[in-house]
Amino acid sequence: MILLYSSPEALLIQLKSWTVSLAPAAWQPVLSSAISALVILLLFAGIFALTTLVERKGLGRIQNRPGPNRVGPCGLFQPIADGVKSLIKEDIVPAAADRAVHFLAPLVVLAPAALALALIPLGPGLAAVDMDAGLLCFFAVGTASELGAFMAGWASHNKYTILGAMRAIAQMISFELPLVLSTLTVVMLSGTLSLSSIAQQQGSYWFGLPAWNVFTPWGLAGFIIFLIAATAESNRSPFDLPEGESELIGGFMTEYSGFKYAVFFMGEYFGMFAISGLTITLFLGGWNAPFSFLVWIPSFIWFLIKLGLMLAWFIWVRGTLPRVRVDQLMNFCWKMLLPLSLLNILAAIFWHFTASWQFPGAWGLRWAIGFGMIALPFIGISQSGARQKKWGPRIYRYAD
Amino acid sequence: MLGSGIIKGLLETARNFFGSFRQPERLVTIEYPEQQRTVPENNRSFPFLVFDRNDPVKGLRCVSCKICEKECPPQCIYIETEKDSRGKPIKHPKVFDIDISVCMSCQICVEVCPFDSIKMDQTYELSQFSRYDALILHKIDLAKSNEYYHQIKPTEAGLVDEQLAAEREAQIAKAKAAAAIKVAPATASPTPKPPSPAPPAKTEVPA
Repeated sequence: MILLYSSPEALLIQLKSWTVSLAPAAWQPVLSSAISALVILLLFAGIFALTTLVERKGLGRIQNRPGPNRVGPCGLFQPIADGVKSLIKEDIVPAAADRAVHFLAPLVVLAPAALALALIPLGPGLAAVDMDAGLLCFFAVGTASELGAFMAGWASHNKYTILGAMRAIAQMISFELPLVLSTLTVVMLSGTLSLSSIAQQQGSYWFGLPAWNVFTPWGLAGFIIFLIAATAESNRSPFDLPEGESELIGGFMTEYSGFKYAVFFMGEYFGMFAISGLTITLFLGGWNAPFSFLVWIPSFIWFLIKLGLMLAWFIWVRGTLPRVRVDQLMNFCWKMLLPLSLLNILAAIFWHFTASWQFPGAWGLRWAIGFGMIALPFIGISQSGARQKKWGPRIYRYAD
Repeated sequence: MLGSGIIKGLLETARNFFGSFRQPERLVTIEYPEQQRTVPENNRSFPFLVFDRNDPVKGLRCVSCKICEKECPPQCIYIETEKDSRGKPIKHPKVFDIDISVCMSCQICVEVCPFDSIKMDQTYELSQFSRYDALILHKIDLAKSNEYYHQIKPTEAGLVDEQLAAEREAQIAKAKAAAAIKVAPATASPTPKPPSPAPPAKTEVPA
């Protein structure tokens, strides 16, 4: 077997196929899947460990604290210490709990998140599962983690867990709508559901500048809506109502301890990685370099850099915003994000049908009209909502 | 407009994030085992015994009067008086134990001590592996020099030193006066006239 070097991605693919070819023919498909799964799990477990550390240190710095710095140099071994701690903790199952469902719930949260990660292309040809209907599969799989959250809340047989689970279901199903509708624009304009083709289509450059979806009016609006909905979907602050440490103890995770809790935690972070990966693929150019003179850096490096930036954004938001109320959450979803994502589809249609405009300044005009189609309704909705006191401080009529 | 507050908040946290790297004084955490907070002078933990003249055994100011033992509200002090070879008590403690698991740091022992020999310490790293014997401080653990006292509580120690010096001078003066009284009758006796050189000398002794 000779490795023909053409690109770093091709080298990785050749390495894998060479490893697979060593096995007997009957075993080759299984081995191929196993290698892909192993790579995905190891890579993202490593990123998970790193993210927990960076998150704790970053939040510390935001709050003018040094953050964890006791274990190893600069606290670098903190994730290992956390892992050992959660492994040796007592695994408590409440007496009234449904033992089987209680045991299964963390796995039901983790498995779909890991499956969703397999769909994300890290580079050309570097997706563990390269499906034609990848986007559809992503959402189908991703929805299963809601079931896990509800299983956990229901099986624990505890009022806080059931409240957290109810909140999780309400929030996740509500935010699924703007999430899917904002991706619909990308599907309409690129004409495919395959995630690697969507990323591939954003690979062209216009005078050295990238042709990412986020640089179009519908892409920008879709990106912002998607980002907000993704934050809610992955239960991140400020939409971490299902956990709600201050009001629901730990929400649906209240009755979990030790390694099951760690698996929940891992599932949430894997979900965050998956949805960040999807954001990158749909709007931020996938694995493509931001400038044409930087294409010599391998594609998966670019993907990982973008993933790191997305995670940094999530951490930054978590360090900034306090948790919203349930009524604010629902108002924001149904009265703001949903209408805007529907209007965004109109903006995408406008962009698509004006692509033939050739007169000078056409691009700027298209941009302005397309952006106005979303920005003006946004201002209108926000002001009417402010008048009707949909957002902002709540007025307690009977409790003064 | 809706959302401008979020941007303001994000900028504020970013300022904190980068500021904590550029200005270390922003980080308020005292990283305890390496860095230690300087405790205020009036901070007190548990009592210790002051000794003078670099002699932790003979130099103890304590005269074993047992006032602190009697006054201690939780009864955490135990004193035995030293005896000489004939069994006569001398002004020195043979045993002086303080059970710091019982002591409540009330400082009453310090206030009642007429000899300024027991004072409050500032040490707080006193954890032990045993609940019982390790937490009973014996005479040798309790004895700390006057220099140490000056080091932890300069103002209070200065005042105590001044007072002690004044008392000592008064004693010396008193002793001198007493000596003068003794000498005066001795020198006066050969003279034919016995009365009255002594009383004025006595009145000159300062209080």
